[in-house]
Amino acid sequence: MFNNRNGAKNRHHVNDYRKPARYSALDLIRYGLSGSDWPRAWHAHDLQSSYDVVIVGGGVHGLATAYYLAKNHGIMDVAVLDKGYIGGGGSGRNTAIIRSNYLTPEGVRFYDRSVKLYETLSADLNFNAMFAQRGHLTLAHNDGSLRTMHWRAEVNKLEGVDSEVIGPDEIKWLVPYMDTSERARYPILGALFHPPGGIIRHDAVVWGYARGADALGVHIHQNTEVLGIDVADGRVRGVRTKRGNIATRVVVNCTAGWSTLISDMAGVKMPISTFPLQAAVTEPVRPFLDPIIVSGTLHVYVSQTDRGELVFGASVDPFASYSMRGSLEFTEDLAAHVLELMPSLAKMRVLRQWAGLCDMTPDFAPIMGAAPVVGFLVDVGWGTYGFKAGPVSGETMAELIATGKTPKLIEAFSLDRFVDGSLVGEKGAAAVGH
Amino acid sequence: MILLPCPYCGPRNASEFRYVGELATRPDPNATGVEEWRAFLYMRANPAGWTTETWFHRAGCRQHFVVERHTVTNEVRASRLPAAKFRDREDERATGGNVADDSGGAIY
Repeated sequence: MFNNRNGAKNRHHVNDYRKPARYSALDLIRYGLSGSDWPRAWHAHDLQSSYDVVIVGGGVHGLATAYYLAKNHGIMDVAVLDKGYIGGGGSGRNTAIIRSNYLTPEGVRFYDRSVKLYETLSADLNFNAMFAQRGHLTLAHNDGSLRTMHWRAEVNKLEGVDSEVIGPDEIKWLVPYMDTSERARYPILGALFHPPGGIIRHDAVVWGYARGADALGVHIHQNTEVLGIDVADGRVRGVRTKRGNIATRVVVNCTAGWSTLISDMAGVKMPISTFPLQAAVTEPVRPFLDPIIVSGTLHVYVSQTDRGELVFGASVDPFASYSMRGSLEFTEDLAAHVLELMPSLAKMRVLRQWAGLCDMTPDFAPIMGAAPVVGFLVDVGWGTYGFKAGPVSGETMAELIATGKTPKLIEAFSLDRFVDGSLVGEKGAAAVGH
Repeated sequence: MILLPCPYCGPRNASEFRYVGELATRPDPNATGVEEWRAFLYMRANPAGWTTETWFHRAGCRQHFVVERHTVTNEVRASRLPAAKFRDREDERATGGNVADDSGGAIY
């Protein structure tokens, strides 16, 4: 869509603009001793009447797209709109797990690139995202899942991703608190061990991208709900927001759970159903759990944060909804399943629970790329696995916007696949309990 | 979780049911093209508001029935058997269905 860097002219008002200091140990001492305020990490701007690119959704996908547009392609006249605050949706509600041990070659290649970007993200953004690659265990409790783990391990190895199937003894060695005995209700037969998997501080990823994009001239508009998208002659003309209208030729839908509503505004039909996914966190305890534990049979995943809390996630709620209320059934089932794995946690208390909205697709793979309306791009259908794809989605969507060509990495994820039937069946590795 | 009004069994916890999905008319497989058929298979309205959907009472009467539910508040307005006309209140009473009241309906 932009074949040269002429679109890179920065027309922004930069009156009170102070480029953020590069965070360093020296700065820490200087600001700490002087007691003066740190410069703002990103800034509020007036809404311009036009932008080259408007990104709807200020989560990790939207902000990463804006950041890579500016950094890799010199397109800085970009607005990121969010109806609330940045990172307030799925980016701040996920369980912060990063991995690439998927089932389809397309999925493995795509998520592996994301893991690689996450590995250098703190240095690239000069913002500590606290990525800890502690290893990721997907447990198999029956022959069927053990077969799937072997299948995933072989596909992973073929794509150069570190994964292997290990037995109960090795699991016990990695997680001594796990009940790997045959007495368990669902005895553990083995696990897919994925050493590069890890957890990260998800807010820091959002803030890091926001700060990086802002420093390159991107406008981040919070509390700017999109009310409509103007389409004429099959092309995007502009966006109507709560704070005024914007003329633009490119709109990117990065709104996850709400993506159907934004696509509806452009008249684009989506194969998406929105389901809530609940998660919970316990009181903090001393570190005892190093890897991330996932059990599809028990519909649960567990990790311990740097602060010592246990973070639990589950499968999506049993029916489609935009409601983010928690439910007692969820907490009861979750607690029962966690105790199946680690009975010694019986006295731990749950501090809080929450829900996020997941945009589920029929094949559990995302939808990325062009839509039938020219200039309307989608980066949606992220279901329960959107956060871990944030960096690579931003990178590939930015390349698509800048060059007009769909990068090879995301060719398989086009919206057209629901017309021509070439689905990317990722159900066996994308989520638990579906 | 929410209570759902089963036309046979009355209000029951949603965990007794299986969510089937949005009510959609299946095109005639012999007369329809690939595009239309796949649109029926995959495309969803997914509204944030009132929607009409099918549920299955798997831990009760094991019948399918149709519910009008608000997807943001999870308020349920009416339920009926699949064959009954949705707004035909006499039908709903006859089958023991939950009937909407004009004040906006109960929150289950």
